[in-house]
Amino acid sequence: MTVADLGVFVDAFEFVLDERRLVLEKTWEHLLLSAAAMAIALALALPLGVWLGHLHRGSFLAVNVANLGRALPSLAVIAAGFVFLGVGFWSVALALVVLAVPPILTNAYVAVDGVETDAVDAARGMGMTRWQIVRRVELPLALPLIFAGVRTAAVFVVATATIAAVAGGGGLGDIIVNQAGYGLEGVVGAAICVSVLALAADGALGLVQRLLTPAGLRAEARALEPDVVTGVTRR
Amino acid sequence: MSGPLAQGTPGEPVIPDFGEGSDCVVENRLFCADWVRDNWAGVLQPALLQHVKLTVIAVAVGFVIALAAALLTHRFRLLERPFGTFSAVVYTIPSLALFQLLVPVTGLTVTTVEIALVGYTLLILYRNILEGLRGVPVDVLEAARGMGFTTRQTLWRIELPLAVPAIMAGLRVAVVSTIALATVAALVVPQGLGYPIFLALREAFKTEILVAGALAVGLALVADGLLVLAERVLTPWSRTRRTT
Repeated sequence: MTVADLGVFVDAFEFVLDERRLVLEKTWEHLLLSAAAMAIALALALPLGVWLGHLHRGSFLAVNVANLGRALPSLAVIAAGFVFLGVGFWSVALALVVLAVPPILTNAYVAVDGVETDAVDAARGMGMTRWQIVRRVELPLALPLIFAGVRTAAVFVVATATIAAVAGGGGLGDIIVNQAGYGLEGVVGAAICVSVLALAADGALGLVQRLLTPAGLRAEARALEPDVVTGVTRR
Repeated sequence: MSGPLAQGTPGEPVIPDFGEGSDCVVENRLFCADWVRDNWAGVLQPALLQHVKLTVIAVAVGFVIALAAALLTHRFRLLERPFGTFSAVVYTIPSLALFQLLVPVTGLTVTTVEIALVGYTLLILYRNILEGLRGVPVDVLEAARGMGFTTRQTLWRIELPLAVPAIMAGLRVAVVSTIALATVAALVVPQGLGYPIFLALREAFKTEILVAGALAVGLALVADGLLVLAERVLTPWSRTRRTT
């Protein structure tokens, strides 16, 4: 097994084709799990982050949540979910929520907090209400950074949902951690599927981002592309 | 021919058999201090040390490569696009999948784990180092040129020192996320804090899961704290300013 055996990759593609029913079923489980986790995480973290950013309060919270989020090993969180909530879909989904909230929350906060005060002042001068300012000025301007956080979280959730299998959450991880059952070609095949899924999720969200960005901001949005990995915004 | 977790029957025994267990262990309560005491030297401490080793190697190798790549990019701008695209794509590949994809090439070895871990640290560090080098104010560079500094002198005595906060920020992210990622390495090699977690998950043994998980989190936080201290020592001039 130490010898490089690249034929495995060919076998892996064959596995995916031959076992497409199984692979599709597991992919669907994987998607469902990731989507459920992302939906809950978004519902929790996005409003909170945007609101805190709007008030320019809670930078301490946002920064520390980000740091803590990075320090949480996904395996440990899923295992903890298993300890406290038992085996199954929701136990894993909630563990994934814990992992998805930090990047979304922090980026939403940083994004809205960083919207130029001139723009907000101008909006206020035009007589916009608080809600209008959030909805029509801050959110569009903060969109690229907010989406950077959402995309990071989505990729992370799709990737981490793989580990769900060890806690009975299903998904493509079922194949990956069961080499005895599916062989190395199955493991590699499923790993390829997870990678494609993650890239696809990232791409799809990128598309949504483009559609949501107002036409007037499209050119500028590119210049504001934030650094997803480091969380540092380039200006 | 299979992973370190292949041996043992998956999901079979519900009540773990860890020698002559105390009541606490037999009843599988949330936290058994006696189990931790008995297994610290045999299970937890070795796993912790392996974890530190996996992380240190990954970050050290990643740092050397990232520094070289960033310095090259800083000098030759043309390289930015290929390096940037490469890192963006690799970063999107899920860690767990990357581990598995490397297995056919490098086998179930520490090398496999390190390649994947180095890959991730590399991306984080590369961007931060480059960002730091570019963040040096233009007037500072002009002043350096005015004082007759050569390009090399400018790099070593102006640009790199001024980039230290950004580099340290990158190091913190890299170290902390590598510690977190390294738990998954146990899928490939029986090493690090992830291994006891995987084993304990199999037997649903709560104490081991929670203690090993807490150790990983604790290790990350301690490492982060140490790096913050190191940054303070390295950049005495920015002591009043906060860099995040």
